[in-house]
Amino acid sequence: MAIRVFVPRDATACALGADAVAKLIREGAAGRGLDVEVIRNGSRGAFWLEPMVEVETDSGRLAFGPVGAADVPGLFEAGFPGEAQHPLALGLVDGISWLARQQRLTFVRAGLIDPVSLEDYQSLRGYVGLARALEMAPQAIVDEVKESGLRGRGGAAFPTGIKWQTVLDTVADQKYIVCNADEGDSGTFADRLLMEADPYQMIEGMTIAGLAVGATEGYIYLRSEYPHCRKVLSEALSRAEQAGFLGTGICGSNRDFSIDLRIGAGAYICGEETSLLDSLEGKRGLIRFKPPLPAIKGLMGLPTVVNNVLSLGAISTILAEGAAHYRDFGTGRSRGTLTVQLAGNIKRGGLVELPFGATLRELVEDYGGGTASGRPVRAIQVGGPLGTYLPQSQWDVALDYEALAEIGGMLGHGGIVVFDDSVDLAQQARFAMEFCAVESCGKCTPCRIGSVRGVEVIDRIVANEERAFNLEVLDDLCDTMVEGSLCAMGGLTPYPVRSAIKHFPEDFNR
Amino acid sequence: MSSSAVALKEIVESVIESHQGKIGALLPVLHSIQDKLGHIPPESISMMAAAMSLSRAEIHGVMSFYHDFRGEPAGENILHLCRAEACQAMGSRELEHHAKERLGIDYGETTPDGLFTLEPVYCLGNCSCSPSLRVNDELHARVTAEKFDDLIAQMEARD
Repeated sequence: MAIRVFVPRDATACALGADAVAKLIREGAAGRGLDVEVIRNGSRGAFWLEPMVEVETDSGRLAFGPVGAADVPGLFEAGFPGEAQHPLALGLVDGISWLARQQRLTFVRAGLIDPVSLEDYQSLRGYVGLARALEMAPQAIVDEVKESGLRGRGGAAFPTGIKWQTVLDTVADQKYIVCNADEGDSGTFADRLLMEADPYQMIEGMTIAGLAVGATEGYIYLRSEYPHCRKVLSEALSRAEQAGFLGTGICGSNRDFSIDLRIGAGAYICGEETSLLDSLEGKRGLIRFKPPLPAIKGLMGLPTVVNNVLSLGAISTILAEGAAHYRDFGTGRSRGTLTVQLAGNIKRGGLVELPFGATLRELVEDYGGGTASGRPVRAIQVGGPLGTYLPQSQWDVALDYEALAEIGGMLGHGGIVVFDDSVDLAQQARFAMEFCAVESCGKCTPCRIGSVRGVEVIDRIVANEERAFNLEVLDDLCDTMVEGSLCAMGGLTPYPVRSAIKHFPEDFNR
Repeated sequence: MSSSAVALKEIVESVIESHQGKIGALLPVLHSIQDKLGHIPPESISMMAAAMSLSRAEIHGVMSFYHDFRGEPAGENILHLCRAEACQAMGSRELEHHAKERLGIDYGETTPDGLFTLEPVYCLGNCSCSPSLRVNDELHARVTAEKFDDLIAQMEARD
């Protein structure tokens, strides 16, 4: 029987040379007359070890990493794919403590399987949730989601069950399920990783959502910056359709559900749900007033569920394993697991899934191992480009929605971007305003114009032109943006700016 | 109508036909035209407007709202350099400066030999292994100035 060797097809793994490694392993095995099957799996999210090559053995999978193309001949010489004494040998994957200490719920299949293989997915309880949902009344499905305590994973943390109830209760001939896969926050890649490693989980979740609220059409709005992901999703969707998991009469039932994959066109704001809906309608991605909520008047003015990739992924687990299973992870009002992404200047970056309650310091020091540069950590931005910069005194905060909110921060989509002591927080504050100016949809004046003025005022402060006066102007401008913007783009841009001024005043005073 | 205009009209009409009946077909239509032609020719706007019952202003508005759509041809290779925070934390500001100097162009510009167009991008989802650069549909991680120069030299040699 062929020896099974796994080389991830994930975008980050490929960016580090995984395609070349896979090719060289195939060629090297063929040249040595070895019967080796190379499988392109998803990544486990231990990006600091990518490309991580795994070999299936009777006692589990053996890992090697990070394997560059130049390492492949040496690996074969050392005995690969058998037990190889090699500096890159990591032992059993299950023994890698960075991974073993995690609690994988959403990412349980990531890296284990060929992402587009339906057989692999089903062998690990895939499509169990859908089978169960097909036997349930819509209200029972919604109740199950409510009981799980699932809150939206895109950033706003709104209870998913309540959103679904509204769509279920709104009478209409047509309803829609929209998956928000416009993951634009810097420092985040959890959605991408899940879609590239285990796409059926989200596809199944969307199908269950359709059954729950009575929608027969779904849309995935994927950002154009993710071409690898697009390939995986297209392939997964067409296989699911061929196998009868999507389309007319799904799984032999009399229920229909189809999914159309749509590609964004480079606009951060389209990650905001109402802007996303306008974009799906073929328009400029402008923010809409709420109310009406998308759950009542969404896509084409019809009731629409808009959920994030991870939220929809969680749905298949909740339906397969029951609400209690999901709810029993987590603390307080933060149920399920915490998914964070260690990014920026970090030694051991990647995706970490844990029970809620871990502190920021534990994650950055323990999992992350400090900075990649080896210099001291100075600032950590949590929650994407609209999140605050946290100074050392705040790193003992627990990473959950409420604890972060208490110190004026937000968990958002769980991005953790680490900066070493070479960072200039005045430049980071300036960038926050600049980014807002580039990406504002333009609807609200405080966001559209305020961000441009913000860049100018920060430049004056840094240049020491009437500094005290201009700091006051900036503060006033921030108030105007917070109070006068419809969505989080203008409303939250002042957060990174203010946190930089508050916690790192010396950077504005040089 | 010139022969090139007739050819363009055929492309535009076949693209629109292939997205017939879709909700919000304009974005998929613009993407398809750009995929086929490398850009969205200004002459195609009135063709789309007529075929899709939209005004030219609406189409122009959509085209100019999104960073991806371009009204003029790009260079042979499009380089998207990430400017977002995770990459900044790993020195992307310096890389940005280096890239502009090496190519002799600013963002949104194409080198005189038509080989490279440089564009900013705000996150490529590769934030654990920054700085990130996308070359056409290929992603590159931990890009240093040297790695950037190597990539450019390889593409120049291929030309």
